[in-house]
Amino acid sequence: MTIVFVLIPLGVVLTGLAVWAFFWAVRTEQFDDLDSPGWSVLEDDKRASDD
Amino acid sequence: MSDAAPRPCFHCGLPVTGADAPTVEINKRQETVCCHGCAAAALLIESAGLADYYLRRTSPAPRPGTPATDSWSAYDRPEAQAALIHNDGRSTTNLLVEGLRCAACAWLLERRLLQLPGVTDATVNVMTGRGRVEFADVKLSTIFRTIADLGYRAHLLGRADSLAVALRERHAALKRLAVAGLGMMQVMMIAVALYAGASTGMSPVIRQYLCVASLVIATPVALYGGAPFFAGASSALRARHLTMDVPVSIGILLAFVLSAVATLRDSGAVYFDSVVMVIFLLLLGRYFEMLARHRAGSTVEALARVVPAVARRVVGTRTEDVPVAALAVGDVVEVEAGAVMPVDAALESPLATVDESLITGESRPVTKRAGDTVLAGALNVQWPALIRVTATGAATVLAGIVQLAERAQAERPRASRLADRIAPAFIGFVLICAAATCLVWMWIDPAKAWGATIAVLVVSCPCALSLATPVATTATAAALRRRGILVTRTDAFEALAAVDCALFDKTGTLTEGRPRIVSSDRLGATSIEECYRIAGALERHAAHPIARAFAASATPPVENASAVPGAGVEGWIEGRRYRIGRASYVEEIAGPSPAPAADAGVCLGGDGRWLARFCWEDTLRPSAARALAALTSSGLSLEVLSGDHPRAVASVAEAAGIKQWRAALSPKEKMDRLQELQRRGARVMVVGDGINDAPSFGAADVSIAMGSGSAIARASADVIILGGDLGEIPLAIEEARRTRTVIRQNLLWALIYNAASIPLAAFGMVPPWIAAAGMSLSSLLVIGNASRLLRARKRDDTGASLPALRRAELRA
Repeated sequence: MTIVFVLIPLGVVLTGLAVWAFFWAVRTEQFDDLDSPGWSVLEDDKRASDD
Repeated sequence: MSDAAPRPCFHCGLPVTGADAPTVEINKRQETVCCHGCAAAALLIESAGLADYYLRRTSPAPRPGTPATDSWSAYDRPEAQAALIHNDGRSTTNLLVEGLRCAACAWLLERRLLQLPGVTDATVNVMTGRGRVEFADVKLSTIFRTIADLGYRAHLLGRADSLAVALRERHAALKRLAVAGLGMMQVMMIAVALYAGASTGMSPVIRQYLCVASLVIATPVALYGGAPFFAGASSALRARHLTMDVPVSIGILLAFVLSAVATLRDSGAVYFDSVVMVIFLLLLGRYFEMLARHRAGSTVEALARVVPAVARRVVGTRTEDVPVAALAVGDVVEVEAGAVMPVDAALESPLATVDESLITGESRPVTKRAGDTVLAGALNVQWPALIRVTATGAATVLAGIVQLAERAQAERPRASRLADRIAPAFIGFVLICAAATCLVWMWIDPAKAWGATIAVLVVSCPCALSLATPVATTATAAALRRRGILVTRTDAFEALAAVDCALFDKTGTLTEGRPRIVSSDRLGATSIEECYRIAGALERHAAHPIARAFAASATPPVENASAVPGAGVEGWIEGRRYRIGRASYVEEIAGPSPAPAADAGVCLGGDGRWLARFCWEDTLRPSAARALAALTSSGLSLEVLSGDHPRAVASVAEAAGIKQWRAALSPKEKMDRLQELQRRGARVMVVGDGINDAPSFGAADVSIAMGSGSAIARASADVIILGGDLGEIPLAIEEARRTRTVIRQNLLWALIYNAASIPLAAFGMVPPWIAAAGMSLSSLLVIGNASRLLRARKRDDTGASLPALRRAELRA
């Protein structure tokens, strides 16, 4: 069971990293519009109806 | 005239009426649209190579307005330029865009704006309704005109904008959610190990280690994530007022501090899992409520959207564009046709037709004569008008109505929430129990007093109690949002469930707020189809709203068209003179009328002959009658309150099947009627769309706005029906009643759980791990019960949505 002495601190550190990454994403306004960017991948495609 | 199976307009989705509606070719298919405005918007989109919009959208497009005289040039004036941000040769402007329905709208606007030469960047956010355009060498008016041509309405925002405040609030909430959510996952994982260890045996060292790890993770969650609750509780206590924040804060702090003490002293139970779960779920509920509130917007901002920012002042023989704020009483202002009155004023021109429907609820445009009062926010329908300013800014009738709405909202009898009523009694009960336990054990066995008292306090932690209401309302709000019903205030559900009286506005709520030809009489030898063609052609030269009712036909060219204010339009078609308008105006060339003139009729005649008479009406929304019948059958008494003429109100009330109605009411009188009903004990719901409904919205137990209504109505409403379908109201009430049932079940369960566990804890009979597990399980039960609400019931009459059908059709 000694492995938990490594794994749990590792988990805590990873959680901290995840929180930091999320804060960075919020700060750089990546959550401000969740709808429009999804369409941007389609922008230069030919229209989808001609199949 | 028969309305044979109305098809939805390809562009805006409204039903197409009229024999020969215009068609446009989109994606190599002929599509039917309802009017020339929609046809123009659709062709514009197609010609710009953006027809993919129709495949991508998930809601129909906004209906473009009547092309009015170009009033955008005011935006090129220095006053408007002051709102721009300049940065090395480029300008950036922040816009507020109305009419955004889905992500495809944003996509369309961005593409179209980027096609303009000179625009370097354009972003549109559907969620906030804000746009940012970066440009050089292009006029601001061009940008606004482009947006308007697509059917959206743009407003210039200043440099300082409430968006920044809303964004900060949103960012803070997201960060708290992330900390609480990630922390919750970690703590829960460790909690599983602790529970497993407690039942199967675990070495004390490992147990202690796991507790310390939980403490480390739970500390930021409790202190950072829980901060809004502590702030709420402390301000509530300072105001000597108990809200749900108080027991929530007590519960969180108590469970957290006791668990921390137990961890550090290496004795007793830990409840970190309950602490973090409660914090996360409550934060989640508040986050969704905040999103809905932001979408609804603020009343102050809405007011700014109603009146224009720039006015054209007449000084001597020349005119100058000035900010509306710079106008003073006595100034003379020129208002173009199709523009909105910026101030309250007296009419200087001999005649003007204004549409005051948003302010007074009157459905028909009113003819004003020199010296009559015109109100800020009214639409100048037909002719350019000169007005002399009598009141500006906060002194206008419009601002007065908004102030009335805000005051009514502040003084609204708060529907006391069930949980709020229970909370103080519950806290008192727990504290008495804890004190009694402590005293009794001190007398029996002082060594056990501390442990038993803590057990009572922890077991009674109001987790399930504080989750009971928010999880249920959050689940229902999420389910309703998927149907296009936006709930901006979550305690609206309890009010909605208790409603027993519904007051409806007429124009724009029960009716569509647009005139439509309902019948036509042939008065001469000419066929009715030909009459429609001629009428449509003539009416294209009138800016009157009634003219739009004719716009849905292919028309021959008109020569020498001239319009006479308050009378009608004259023009030559294929070498013959025709007149359309009031009976008396047509009589001048056509001779005595063969049929008795009706007030609502529009007559058409040529030289020496009568052709036809058209009767128009602001028609009932298609879903109205069925929705109202559903409301009556679920026990509500219905009433129509309108600012319109009694005759118009009576006919709509009759068509809608409502027996009670009152007409010609001012916004204040509407509110008085509402409060009279409330004094008699009724729980009143108000459904409306205009500025004149805003005061009653504030005073009502619950208010519902139509998504197509005025921004002020939307900003002050509790519930917004985005699609404007009245059929959603019975559904919302039904869902609210289901929610109330679930809340009651949850509260009952929480009370039973606490009532059973407190005596056991007081007698020292609850092992710590069972207390902790019991707490988590009771919370989970509450959540599971509420999750049933996520599945909103389907209405039996709706098939697939229009956009889905449209996409399927296009792919086929």
